[in-house]
Amino acid sequence: MSESTAIPLVREDARPAARSILPLEVRGLGLRFGETVVLDGLDLDLGPEGCTVIMGPNGVGKSLLLKLLHGLIEPCSGRISWAGQRPGAVTARQAMVFQKPVLLRRTVAANLDFVLRTRGLDRSRVPQLLDHVGLGHKADDPARRLSGGEAQRLALARALAIEPEVLFLDEPTASLDPASAHAIETIVRQARDRGVRIILVTHDVGQAQRLADDVVFLNRGRVAEKAPVDAFFPVPQSQAARDYLTGKLVF
Amino acid sequence: MQDIGQALGLALALVMSGDGDLFEIVALSLRVSLSAMAVACVIGLPVGALVAISRFPGRGSVLVVMNALMGLPPVVVGLLVYLHFSRSGPLGFLGLLYTPTAMIVAQTILIAPIVAALSRQVLEDLHSEYAEQFRSLALSRRHMVGALLWDARYSLMTVALAGFGRAVAEVGAVIIVGGNIDHLTRVMTTAIALETSKGELSLALALGIILLTIALGVNAAVQVLRQTGTRLAYV
Ligand SMILES: Nc1ncnc2c1ncn2[C@@H]1O[C@H](COP(=O)(O)OP(=O)(O)O)[C@@H](O)[C@H]1O
Ligand SMILES: [Mg+2]
Repeated sequence: MSESTAIPLVREDARPAARSILPLEVRGLGLRFGETVVLDGLDLDLGPEGCTVIMGPNGVGKSLLLKLLHGLIEPCSGRISWAGQRPGAVTARQAMVFQKPVLLRRTVAANLDFVLRTRGLDRSRVPQLLDHVGLGHKADDPARRLSGGEAQRLALARALAIEPEVLFLDEPTASLDPASAHAIETIVRQARDRGVRIILVTHDVGQAQRLADDVVFLNRGRVAEKAPVDAFFPVPQSQAARDYLTGKLVF
Repeated sequence: MQDIGQALGLALALVMSGDGDLFEIVALSLRVSLSAMAVACVIGLPVGALVAISRFPGRGSVLVVMNALMGLPPVVVGLLVYLHFSRSGPLGFLGLLYTPTAMIVAQTILIAPIVAALSRQVLEDLHSEYAEQFRSLALSRRHMVGALLWDARYSLMTVALAGFGRAVAEVGAVIIVGGNIDHLTRVMTTAIALETSKGELSLALALGIILLTIALGVNAAVQVLRQTGTRLAYV
């Protein structure tokens, strides 16, 4: 007990400047487009560290949930609190890798240089950041000539370049071959181990098992189940998750 | 009235000989229209960029007006500038009527809406692609506009050339505010109009050939810009 109180104190001293934006508290989140109800009173609590995987059938609202948490769109009802702050106020302390990466019409290196420059961060880190995602040899290529896997790695490098506290990933490996997917997973795991809070949407059960600390399963606009990864996959508690996983595993 | 074949021969000879008067006229044309293009870009690009990334009430009407202004008749622009710069006009004290400056002002008014409207379209398309990523990066408006202008640079250069092409070819505005004064405000289009009316077809044709060549050059430049942009995967 004495140890567990000592550790946070050391951390506070090491990072006196910024108060963490975690934990996350979501209450009664509602989102609809006209008649279509997407989220319907969703509640969710996420702790300060680790990797949370969000799963659920297509169209259940996973991507929109990430955008709501990141402050890109406004909910119709309910409340999102990042340690007391609205999502729109903490967008800059988070980063998001979209399912389809949007890269500037510039070289690979210039894409990273741009975010470092606009954030006032050290621009000399570009080569190091590129090497970290295995794109050092592509630094001077036009970013929009990259393959799907390379583009996604560049998007990931850009997201990590701004040193986010929370990293959202929306199906980052959905259209990639296994080797590219593995490369992405490795980078994500390293970020998690450095203390970046990961929130990852994926349909890939193997990936979820490899990366997740806990799993959030969405169904009908709400969280149907939230469980540690070791509990979720062997014995899902909700019928919806059981159906989803059987469909997935059986094919 | 000269025979056209003969006139054409004289015209070519004139162009080849490096005639001083001819090149003075060409040089003034380029100076006036390139200046107008530069000023129109300074005004039109930021306006286009701001309208492209902003959502405000009445935006639809602003777009209609911007697009309508693209088709401003040169003679009407010339008339309006004339009324302002004439001795009894509100800007008469500047003494700018019948000077190249007045011609630059008139052509700027003529093509700034073209630059604004075309760049708005280009930048809005690009912004619709970038917007969500920009919001995720929490970019300031200044950084957003800067990134859009830079990333659309090849398309925007073709927009600028479209403005230049319109300016250098128009006659209505410059003839009213410039007056087609020899050695002072005579440009290619006004000289062509005058020489043709006098029946001096060779100079008119010589200038016509140069004007056509410039038009071809502008279009070639647009083509090269497009290809370069595509080759570099920037478009
Ligand atoms: N702008 C929109 N207007 C109407 N419906 C939308 C809009 N954006 C998303 N939707 C709908 O919301 C639902 C959830 O979308 P999304 O979050 O992308 O699902 P997923 O869980 O597959 O990521 C989908 O049915 C989608 O069609
Ligand atoms: Mg999705």
